[in-house]
Amino acid sequence: MAARPGTTGRLAWPVVAVAALGLALLVLPLAALVLRAPWSDLAGLLARESVLQALLLSFGTALVATALCLLLGVPLAALLARAAGWPTLPRRLLRAAVTVPLVLPPVVGGIALLQLLGRRGPLGSTLEQWFGITVPFTTGAVVIAQVFVALPFLVFAVEGALRTGDRRTELAAATLGASRWQVFRHVTLPLVAPGVAAGAVLCFSRALGEFGATITFAGSLPGVTRTLPIASYLAMQTDPDEAIALALLLLAVSIAVLLLLRDRWLPGVRG
Amino acid sequence: MTRTHARAAWLAAVLTAALALAGCAAEPGSRPDASSPTDAAPATLTVFAAASVAEAFEEIADGFEARHPHLEVVVNSGGSGALAQQIVAGAPADVFASAAQPPMQQVVDAGLAEAPTDFATNTLELVVPAGNPAGVSGLDDLDRPELRVALCDASVPCGAASVELLERAGLTAVPDTLESDVKAVLTKVILDEVDAALVYRTDVIAAGAAVEGIEVPTAASVVNHYPIAAMSDAASSDAGAAAAFVAFVTGTEGRAVLEAAGFGAP
Repeated sequence: MAARPGTTGRLAWPVVAVAALGLALLVLPLAALVLRAPWSDLAGLLARESVLQALLLSFGTALVATALCLLLGVPLAALLARAAGWPTLPRRLLRAAVTVPLVLPPVVGGIALLQLLGRRGPLGSTLEQWFGITVPFTTGAVVIAQVFVALPFLVFAVEGALRTGDRRTELAAATLGASRWQVFRHVTLPLVAPGVAAGAVLCFSRALGEFGATITFAGSLPGVTRTLPIASYLAMQTDPDEAIALALLLLAVSIAVLLLLRDRWLPGVRG
Repeated sequence: MTRTHARAAWLAAVLTAALALAGCAAEPGSRPDASSPTDAAPATLTVFAAASVAEAFEEIADGFEARHPHLEVVVNSGGSGALAQQIVAGAPADVFASAAQPPMQQVVDAGLAEAPTDFATNTLELVVPAGNPAGVSGLDDLDRPELRVALCDASVPCGAASVELLERAGLTAVPDTLESDVKAVLTKVILDEVDAALVYRTDVIAAGAAVEGIEVPTAASVVNHYPIAAMSDAASSDAGAAAAFVAFVTGTEGRAVLEAAGFGAP
């Protein structure tokens, strides 16, 4: 097999120099975070009730958000993969709708969610009048904000797997008399399982890190809506050591995610 | 190279970029644009001001610029605690105006400011959306569980004052959110997303017809003192500009603006 372009020969030194600069920009801040962390007090800082509360809330909401993303995202990915055969305009609109939250500043997502689900919003006012449900400032609002920002990660990971998967197995199953649902459940889903798993892990890490949409839409109340990133941001105002401890915690989770995703699951991260 | 490979590479690029973007956006953008005071005229004077004085300081800045045409004042407002942390971490502030003593003390302790002077005082007031839909009449409504209440987080001056005010009244408020600065609390009221909140009386005045203020008789006993100081290592090219701005704020013209905004005398 011939070497892929860009993988052979020496790079010109200016390219290497600038690359090193770029790498330093990515690595040095995190190295400084780790080096300057209050290691001796870390156990005490992380055992604080405010920290444990935020930790529990963050992991709980991120897990629920990931489950919801799986529930909503896998069928959406299937639709998106199937849309390849659609006319251009609806196909592009569908793809754009799924992509927008990826490229949108999360705080805009928070403002938009508040416009829809706030007390004066079209859906929010209906929910309040008919069911007495108010969404903002609840743990549910945290989950909704997380799903909004994290869903595209899952959809695109699964869609990629669906498109690259071998369709012949599905066709064979259909020929042998399997219903559409049986094909999806017993052939398609197992085929794309690695993509779904990768998408779920990415989705979880994005949900865990959610800040802008959450603080805008859900507010910040300890134990209810104050997640790890928000707690870290607020702690930075009065107690930087606690903020650094929380930041380390989030960094550790991110590294764990990276380890989970290594090799086969994420294109481009093959090492 | 197949189409599939190209697509996979593109997907990886998008995901990577999206992760990066998400990371960037998670940092709230409260830092001002870096100014280049040396070459461009007019020189820039960067004022870090507590959220509650933001509007008043914009107006004071206009008056100051009229007096000093070679200076351009940039007001960066936010929670006093966050501003203090930014200054200690090296943010290019020339002047710091805090809504309470503790954040200013952090800056003084870091050796970045000397001898702050008080320039205003402020007290809390109950605020409700226009029309007072929940029928709030006083401080003791705040412990009604069905009421949606926003307060400042105790880590910022308005939150510390709110805690003290509620403690003195022997009340346990049931807040639905604790915001990181007073303007964020006020916004929740303006948007009619909460039924009641505690903000400064100056915020009620600034919000105009969108909200209604309800005076709290005991609020006079919890007074926030606002200190201001020029930074010792002021980044502005004009060495005296920071001190001149502080003098302007505490002087007749600054006082008049602050008084009109509802601030008490220092």
